[in-house]
Amino acid sequence: MISARNLVKRFGLKSVLRGLDFEVAEGEFVGLLGPNGAGKTTFLRILASLARPSLGRVEVAGFSLPEQAAQVRRRLGVLSHQPLLYPDLTGEENLTFFGRLYNVQNLPERIRNVLALVGLEGRGRDLVRTYSRGMQQRLAIGRAVIHDPDILLLDEPYTGLDQDASAMLDDVLRKVTAEGRTVVMTSHDLVRAQDLCSRFDVLTRGRILASASRQDVPPDGLQAFYRRSVSSLEPGRAGAHDG
Amino acid sequence: MTVKSAAKRPAPPVSFLSSMWAVVWKDLAAELRSRELISAMLVFSLLVVLIFNFSLELNARERQEVTAGVLWVTFVFAGTLGLNRSMAIEKDGNCLDGLLLAPVDRAAIYFGKVIGNLIFMLLVILIVLPIYSILYNTNLFVPGLLVTILLGAIGYVVSGTLLAAMSVQTRTRDILLPILHLPVVLPVVISAVRASTYFLQGQPMDLIWGSLNLLIGYNVIFTAAAYMLFDYVVQE
Amino acid sequence: MNAKPKALMALDVASWALLAVSVYLVLVYAPMEAVMGNVQRVFYYHVAAGWVGMIGFLFAVFAGIMYLARGDRKWDVMGLAGVEVGLIFSLINIVTGSIWARPIWNTWWTWDPRLVTATIMELVYVAYLMLRQGIDDPDRRARFGAIYAIVGFLSVPLSFFSIRIWRTIHPVVIGSGDAGAQGGFDMTAGMQVAFFFCLFTFTVIAVDLLWHRVRLGFLADKVEQLKLKFSS
Repeated sequence: MISARNLVKRFGLKSVLRGLDFEVAEGEFVGLLGPNGAGKTTFLRILASLARPSLGRVEVAGFSLPEQAAQVRRRLGVLSHQPLLYPDLTGEENLTFFGRLYNVQNLPERIRNVLALVGLEGRGRDLVRTYSRGMQQRLAIGRAVIHDPDILLLDEPYTGLDQDASAMLDDVLRKVTAEGRTVVMTSHDLVRAQDLCSRFDVLTRGRILASASRQDVPPDGLQAFYRRSVSSLEPGRAGAHDG
Repeated sequence: MTVKSAAKRPAPPVSFLSSMWAVVWKDLAAELRSRELISAMLVFSLLVVLIFNFSLELNARERQEVTAGVLWVTFVFAGTLGLNRSMAIEKDGNCLDGLLLAPVDRAAIYFGKVIGNLIFMLLVILIVLPIYSILYNTNLFVPGLLVTILLGAIGYVVSGTLLAAMSVQTRTRDILLPILHLPVVLPVVISAVRASTYFLQGQPMDLIWGSLNLLIGYNVIFTAAAYMLFDYVVQE
Repeated sequence: MNAKPKALMALDVASWALLAVSVYLVLVYAPMEAVMGNVQRVFYYHVAAGWVGMIGFLFAVFAGIMYLARGDRKWDVMGLAGVEVGLIFSLINIVTGSIWARPIWNTWWTWDPRLVTATIMELVYVAYLMLRQGIDDPDRRARFGAIYAIVGFLSVPLSFFSIRIWRTIHPVVIGSGDAGAQGGFDMTAGMQVAFFFCLFTFTVIAVDLLWHRVRLGFLADKVEQLKLKFSS
């Protein structure tokens, strides 16, 4: 579903990704872990067609980036820690706007379903400005799946959410992903990652250097696996993780 | 209730025009709610007109000569406020990323923003003109003047939207837009002031055509350039 | 890369030599203009500086287009070099023009299309530098710089023509003159020698400076690269 080969991304002279290889099969839920500055967000932006790789090949849903970006965008939903919503529009209006950009058929019905899915039934007519952080993030999930994408990219979706809101987001994410979507999620939250993901990749210094499937990691063993992966490469920075 | 619909094929791509109108609709709907952009431009415009009154000590005869200049300076400064705000809305909360994630032509986003900005600017102008007319007892409802204002506003917004999309992505965003935009939009201001003055004085058309043609030429050239360059403004 | 190339050194020497000869040609060899007197001699450097300033900006536009097409950093370094060289020579052009205008037009400054356009062009590229200063990400800085270099240059002729719709008093020495122009004259053979020699000299100097500036940019990149290497 997603494949990246020898991916390099430079900002000016600084290399953020240095020959990254990555492969995701259909239906997998991959947790992308790694210390700050490892290049997780940059990598996700490349998969989302928001940034161009300096070198290397990327394929998403069978289309190569950046040449076939429009094809990829139609099959892709993105959720980041910023809601990407307009605060002066209502929840419904936000979904209507993005639904139009994706040319969603039967939009009013689809919006009703999506609002129900994310638990915002009675709040669709309220301004997003009046939503709590957790509600905004749930509406953002609605925006990300309005066009029923095959692939979801989640960039630190839990940042800035309190316990209740996080639990609710868990719930919604589980529902959204139960339907066979392919998901890549970056997260600092190892507990949540262990709960949700079917595979864990550790991204350090621009490369993926450790990977384990859910079966290989004992319950509650993700923390140990992560520390081992990071410290084997960077002895000095093992404790730098701030999840 | 399943959220995953039966058909697995994604929806057909949206047309250029409907994605453009979606952007326009979004801007108008949000502005209708908050009214912060238009009210800021409007109040600012009226203040500028008042300040001109006292700084130039306008008497009846001199007023005739400088009306076009006062109006255009007012529109240019108020327009800067509007352009800045309109792009800041996209940049705050990274809504621009949300737009760019959608499978739409980047040019459709640009032209959608241009049309929205143009509507806001023309609305402000439509309110300022009669007020100026009453305050200074001058007739401004000259058809030629209105055409000049439309052409000038288009040129202003076409180059301004492109540059605002850039300035909003810099560290110095608010102060940078006028510095980038004014030297580039100068041909519009010069020609528009010239044509407006001549229209108000009732001069013959052969004096005015040169300026009007220049405005049209500017609009064509900058629309084409922005169409080609906007991709590079938003791509990483 | 680290050692200064031989050709660049030769160009340095040539620039100095040509400049020395041009001083002789302008101040001694060229005959005194009958009406304006010695102040007319500033004209040789005035036009040459304007010409080279234009080359600098045109070079920046070309580099901008190449950067957008290829995405290679070296074009960004070249574009910046073009703008910096262009700014310096345009400034020389404006200042020498003012020195000439004081006795001939009896004013340091007049709102003539050429004067205003030259000044606007200077402002456009000062804005270009300010734009670059406001951006930390080097890729975005290069991209926006390239776009603005192009957009700014598009507006310059339009500014000229929009002002031109007024009358002009600036003389047109080459090509047909304007009837209203003040301070125009016909060049004698001796003047032409000095004139074209100055054009050539300034072109060589501009190429020399561009080369130095580009080389400086590349060296700065290299330092940056070494810093990154050491820090990681």
